[in-house]
Amino acid sequence: MTTLIALEHLRKVYGSGETQVVALDDISLAIDHGEFVAVMGPSGSGKSTAMNIIGCLDTPTAGTYRFDGREVTTLDRDARALLRRGQIGFVFQGFNLLKRTTALENVELPLVYRGVARAERRRLARDALAKVGLEGREGHSQAELSGGQQQRVAIARAIVTAPALLLADEPTGNLDSERSRDIMTLLAGLNRDAGITIVMVTHEPDMAAFARRRVRFLDGRILADERLAS
Amino acid sequence: MIGAAAVLRMALVELGRNPMRSGLTTLGIVIGIAAVIALVTLGQGASASITNTISGLGRNLVIVSPGNARQGGPPQAAAPFKLGDLRAIEREVSGIAAMAGVGILAVNAVLGNASYATSAFGSELSYLAVREWPLSAGRVFDEGEMRSGKAVCIIGQTLVRELFGAQDPLGVAIRVGGTSCQVIGVLSPKGQSIVGQDQDNVVLLPLTTFQRRLAGNTDISTIMVSAASPDLTTKVQEDIRSLLHERRRVPPGKQDDFQVNDLSEIATIVGGVTVILTALLGAIAAISLLVGGIGIMNIMLVSVTERTREIGIRLAIGALEREVLAQFLAEAVLLSLIGGLIGVALGLGLSYAGTRVLALPFIVDPLVVAGAALFSGLVGVGFGFFPARRAARMDPIEALRHE
Ligand SMILES: Nc1ncnc2c1ncn2[C@@H]1O[C@H](COP(=O)(O)OP(=O)(O)OP(=O)(O)O)[C@@H](O)[C@H]1O
Ligand SMILES: [Mg+2]
Repeated sequence: MTTLIALEHLRKVYGSGETQVVALDDISLAIDHGEFVAVMGPSGSGKSTAMNIIGCLDTPTAGTYRFDGREVTTLDRDARALLRRGQIGFVFQGFNLLKRTTALENVELPLVYRGVARAERRRLARDALAKVGLEGREGHSQAELSGGQQQRVAIARAIVTAPALLLADEPTGNLDSERSRDIMTLLAGLNRDAGITIVMVTHEPDMAAFARRRVRFLDGRILADERLAS
Repeated sequence: MIGAAAVLRMALVELGRNPMRSGLTTLGIVIGIAAVIALVTLGQGASASITNTISGLGRNLVIVSPGNARQGGPPQAAAPFKLGDLRAIEREVSGIAAMAGVGILAVNAVLGNASYATSAFGSELSYLAVREWPLSAGRVFDEGEMRSGKAVCIIGQTLVRELFGAQDPLGVAIRVGGTSCQVIGVLSPKGQSIVGQDQDNVVLLPLTTFQRRLAGNTDISTIMVSAASPDLTTKVQEDIRSLLHERRRVPPGKQDDFQVNDLSEIATIVGGVTVILTALLGAIAAISLLVGGIGIMNIMLVSVTERTREIGIRLAIGALEREVLAQFLAEAVLLSLIGGLIGVALGLGLSYAGTRVLALPFIVDPLVVAGAALFSGLVGVGFGFFPARRAARMDPIEALRHE
């Protein structure tokens, strides 16, 4: 197995002087192609910060990050955008769907920027919505969907491009346990069958149990890194 | 980079999501463009109408009249011209296409019980040539009638209407200032003069007839000269002035007791005034367009702030800076172009109504229309750029966190 994500001595500091917050403090972590990793830890421990850096949305204050062997920290804005567009799907903490926009259009959005033709876009977006159990809800806008449904649209939007890496920041945070299990089954299936590498933040041990590796954060450091026998 | 068509479609879809905001944003441009179109079109109509009126008097016209209005004080009685003056000008001044001496008298034209106050013009045939005034019916005086002073006349449209109504005037005798004369021709309509005089309220008689039967003298009130070309009017004017100066024996040091006016001067001055007026109105309208542009920028800026999360999502998903820029710029340009097109339609409608009410010609200058539409697009680019750049430069994480 080759390494997809390689973080070395990563540091992220917000602000300066009195108000300075060290969100990440010397994080080193390697994740291989095809892994399914659960990131856990108390609120404010730096999980989202790490996810944003791994997702090429943010840059670290110090340290290096190589994505698929390529140094990312020195890339410019456009290069990072192209990397996100081509390789990474992101389920944000909070739903972050476009307002006044249908579920289908939301899911189509990443494909628009990939330049996929309209008909093909429609088909892929419908497929993705079907995978998260939202057939028949394609035309509903954010205001017409429940919190759990919105979350599933967000997941569909992240997987519609069949990315190499799927980052999910508490993807089941707003779902009941039955729905959560469905989503986890879906993610596990994507990981197993499509070989998509998944890094997922969760607070719930039940959900973390679907992953084969558990990384625990505490105060911006990695407290534990356990691999589970499958 | 996604294609221009995709950017346009995206911009259109986003505009359609908030039709109220889009409508209000374009309002400034609609009003600005409509104002520009309406004012410029009305201005051009007015200027064309004035030019028409002036050129309706005759081409390259030089008017010679006794007395001197420029002297101030009560106009002095100056000796009228005689036929000899006319012949002398004919003989000695070159560059004249046509000229006519005119005798004028206020008279009543009477037919049966109907009577109408009008002006009797006694003139040679060349008068109609100088004034470029064709007949609408009948014929002009012939040589014999001119020479013998026969009692025939040509009447203007107003007299036809007032005296004859629907009846055919040709061959009927009317009384002009006590003399009976037969109508042999009808002038085509000429409308009002610059000073608002009804030019169609006129009866034209051969000069000899006029002098013998109406005026009882051989005076000529005005000499009208049509120069052969516009460049020649000044020369003709100067030559006539010096010739008459000599013939009328104006004492040295005294002012001339006659004046020679060039109508093209008036035309130039009046034309210049309307051009300045049109430009001024256009400038005022352009300012309103500028205000409209600032309105677009304002609302685009608000909209960029309001849509921070949307922008964050687009950027996080992998939109390039220039793609976001293109989308917001396209939205601004579409808004102002749509506003511009509505404004053009509205402006043309308004100016059409305006020209009807003011009885002006409705002249659409395609250059102005195209210019206004183009300018509205430029307003979109100019005032949309700053908000669009602000959107494109957002930090995706901060934008996503925005409430
Ligand atoms: N933009 C920022 N400016 C300043 N401080 C920040 C910023 N973003 C995060 N932080 C701080 O960094 C630390 C880590 O935040 P982070 O969002 O990574 O936590 P988290 O583990 O995701 O927590 P949660 O489980 O509540 O989502 C926190 O102390 C937070 O206050
Ligand atoms: Mg978090």
